[in-house]
Amino acid sequence: MQKLVLLGDEAIAQAAIDAGISGIYAYPGTPSTEITEYVQHSKEAKQKGIRSNWSSNEKTAYESALGMSYTGKRTMVCMKHVGLNVAADAFVNSAITGANGGMIVVAADDPSMHSSQNEQDSRILSKFAFIPVLEPVNQQEVYDMVHYGFDISEKYKIPVMLRITTRLAHSRAGVQRKDSREQNEISLPKNLTQFVLLPAIARKQYKVLLEKQVPLEAESETSGFNKYFEGENKKLGIIASGIGYNYLMENYVDSKCSHPVLKISQYPLPHKLIQKIAKECDELLILEEGFPLIEEMLKGYLNVGLKIQGRLSGEVPRDGELNPNIVARSLGLTDTIGNPIPSLVTPRPPSLCAGCPHIDSYLDLNAVLAEYTPGRVFADIGCYTLGALPPYNSVNSCVDMGASITMAKGASDAGLRPAVAVIGDSTFTHSGITGLLDCVNDKTPVTIFILDNATTGMTGGQTSAAMGRLEDIVKGLGVEEEHINILNPMRRYHEENMKVIQDELNYEGVSVIIPRRECIQTIGKHKKEAKAKEEAK
Amino acid sequence: MKKDIILAGVGGQGILSIATVIGVAAVNLGLHLKQAEVHGMSQRGGDVQSHLRLSDKEVMSDLIPFGKADMIISVEPMESLRYLPYLSKEGWIIANSKPFINFSNYPPIENVINEIKAQHHNVVLDADKIARESGSLRSANMVILGAASPFLDIAFENLEESIRFIFGKKGEDIVNVNLKALNAGRDFAVDVVK
Ligand SMILES: Cc1ncc(C[n+]2csc(CCOP(=O)(O)OP(=O)(O)O)c2C)c(N)n1
Ligand code: SF4
Repeated sequence: MQKLVLLGDEAIAQAAIDAGISGIYAYPGTPSTEITEYVQHSKEAKQKGIRSNWSSNEKTAYESALGMSYTGKRTMVCMKHVGLNVAADAFVNSAITGANGGMIVVAADDPSMHSSQNEQDSRILSKFAFIPVLEPVNQQEVYDMVHYGFDISEKYKIPVMLRITTRLAHSRAGVQRKDSREQNEISLPKNLTQFVLLPAIARKQYKVLLEKQVPLEAESETSGFNKYFEGENKKLGIIASGIGYNYLMENYVDSKCSHPVLKISQYPLPHKLIQKIAKECDELLILEEGFPLIEEMLKGYLNVGLKIQGRLSGEVPRDGELNPNIVARSLGLTDTIGNPIPSLVTPRPPSLCAGCPHIDSYLDLNAVLAEYTPGRVFADIGCYTLGALPPYNSVNSCVDMGASITMAKGASDAGLRPAVAVIGDSTFTHSGITGLLDCVNDKTPVTIFILDNATTGMTGGQTSAAMGRLEDIVKGLGVEEEHINILNPMRRYHEENMKVIQDELNYEGVSVIIPRRECIQTIGKHKKEAKAKEEAK
Repeated sequence: MKKDIILAGVGGQGILSIATVIGVAAVNLGLHLKQAEVHGMSQRGGDVQSHLRLSDKEVMSDLIPFGKADMIISVEPMESLRYLPYLSKEGWIIANSKPFINFSNYPPIENVINEIKAQHHNVVLDADKIARESGSLRSANMVILGAASPFLDIAFENLEESIRFIFGKKGEDIVNVNLKALNAGRDFAVDVVK
C-alpha cells in the first residue's frame, strides 16, 4: 500500500477514512484541528460520502457521533483537551450506554500550553469514565491504532479514546496505509434500552461497563502496543508512556538501553506487565508526557514499597512537556546544550494582525471606558484575547469558552456598573447563547460585544456557525431590538461607534453590540479562492 | 547519515515550504524523516520554528535535543539566534540578514548580524534582495535553502527535483523563479565558504 508523509493529525484522519467511518464530528481547537480539516479536504472522503462539517461545540459533536454509533456506523469525534470538559457529560455517560458502531474520541492534549489555557491530561478523564485509551508514540502507530481502536470499540461496544499530544499531532513522518474497509450498514442496537439511562437501566449498564474492564485489560496485555524490552541492568526499570518513550529512546540511538523498559501505549494499564517490571527491578523511573498518572497509581498514597522516581519525586519536572534532555538528566546521562541565547534577542509574542477588526473594536471600547475605573471587561477565548496585552490592555478575563457573558452577568448581579462582555462570533455560538438567555431572563444590565469577524480566527479561519445570523439569534433569545446594534469597526466610524457604546453602557438592561468586519486573513484567503475559481473557468 | 535542522522565522513567513522541499527530497532518497511544526497561537506574528530530522536510521524524538542540531536555517536574523542552545558546536547557521520588524524594540540590526557572525560556522545573506534579483521577492525562502544546500548532505539535483515536483502544479514560471533563487543562494554560500 501507499506510503504518505503525514502529520500525526493527518494520519488519524487518513486512518479513519480507511477504517470506514461514515462521519467525523468536531469543533476546532489546537492541536486537533487538522484532523477534521484533512477529512474536509479529502477527495476520497467526499467520494465515500463521509460527513465532516464543523459542529457548534464539542458536546454537540460528541453527541452527534454517539448517535451515529447508535445506528451501527463507525464514527470519530475530535477535540482539544479542554473540549473534553465541554463534552464531559456526554463522554462519561457514553461509557455507560456503550457504543454500537465503532466510536473513537480523539483528545489532543497540549502539555506546556503552547496554545491553551491549561495542560490537563485526558487520560485522567478517561480513567474517571472507564473508557479505554490508546496513546500512540509515532505517526505509524497513530494510523494502526485507529484501525485497532475501531475493532475493540465494536468488539466491546465501548467508545475508545485516542490520546495524542501537541508534538505528535503537529509532527510529520512516513505512514504506510492499510487496505480500506467498507462503511457499516445501519444496524440498530439489539437491545433498544441500551442507551436509555434511567436509573434502573443505568445501574445494570454500569455493571456491564465495570465487567468490560477485565477483557479490556487483557487487550492491553496482549495487543502488542504495550511492550516489554528486556535489559540486564535491573537496578532501574523504566516505564515510558506515549511520546515519553521516544524521548527515552532518543538517548539510545547509538547504544542499547541496558535497563528493562516497559512502553505503555494502551490503558487500562496492563497489570501483569507492570508487575513484571516492578518485580524484576530495584527501582522504577516513570516518564509520562502529561500528569503523573501511572506514577501516582504505582506509588499509592503511602509510598511504601518500591522506590518510584518521576514527576512527583522530582527526578522529572512536575509540569510541562518532556524532551530528550529532560529524560537524559533524569537518567543521569550527559546533558548537551549549545551556546546561550544572546541577551539582545527579544521575545516576539503573538499579536493581532495589522488591520484586524478587533483592533478597532478595542480602540472604540477603550475610548469610552477611559472615563471609568479599569477592570470591568470580561473576555473570552479567540484572537481577541490578545486584547489583554499591550498596547490595548482592554480585557480582564479569559477563563473558558462562553465565560465572558456569564461572568459579566455575575459581576453585574453583584452591582458592578457598567459590566461588559467581549466574545467572538464562534465562541458565542459555542457556549455564549445560553448565558445570554440567562441575562435576558434576569434583565441583567450588561453590554455584550459579539465580535463578528465572520470566522473562527484563532484556529485558522474555519466556518463560524452563525454566519450573518447573529442578530436573529440574539433577537430570538429576547434581546430588545432597539438594544441590538451593528457597528462597523473602522477608524472613520470611531466617534459614531463611541456614541452607540456610551448609550448602551448607560442602559439598565441587556444590550448587544455586534462590530462586524471580516478577518483580514480570511479576506485574503477568500480573494485567492475567488481568483483561482476565475482562472479555472 | 543524520541531519538535524532547526527552521526558524516569524509566523506567516513560510518556513514550512523550506521543510517541504527538503522533506520531499529526503523521502525520495529513502531517508527516515520527522518534522515537528508549530501551529496555533504563535502563528499570529509570533516566533515559529520547525524541527526537521533526517536520518538513515529510524528517528525517535520529534524534537531535536539541545546541542545536537547540525544547522539552523532562518528566514529572519534575530530568530536564528533564539535557537542557539539547539546548535551543536560544529553546526552551521544560515540566516537572512533582512529583519522582520513587527514589534517596537527590535535590537539594532548591526548587533544582531554581529552576533550571528560571532558563531563559528555561519552564512548571512540578504535573501530578500537576492530573491528580488532572481525574479520574485516571494522566493526568499528558496534563496535561504540554496545557501544551506552545501551543508545538507543532499545532492543539489535532488533539491531541484523536489522544487519541480512541489511547484509543478503552479506552472513553469513559478518553478523557474524558485530554481533560480535556489541557485543564487547556493552560489552565494559557496563563495563565502571558499
Ligand atoms: C473548549 C474549547 N474549544 C476550543 C478551543 C479552541 N479555540 C480557542 S479560540 C477559538 C475560536 C474563536 O473564534 P471566535 O470566537 O470567532 O474568535 P476569533 O478568533 O475569530 O477572533 C477556538 C476554537 C478552546 N480554547 N476551548
Ligand atoms: S486572524 Fe483575523 S481575527 Fe485573528 S488577529 Fe488576524 S485578522 Fe484578527
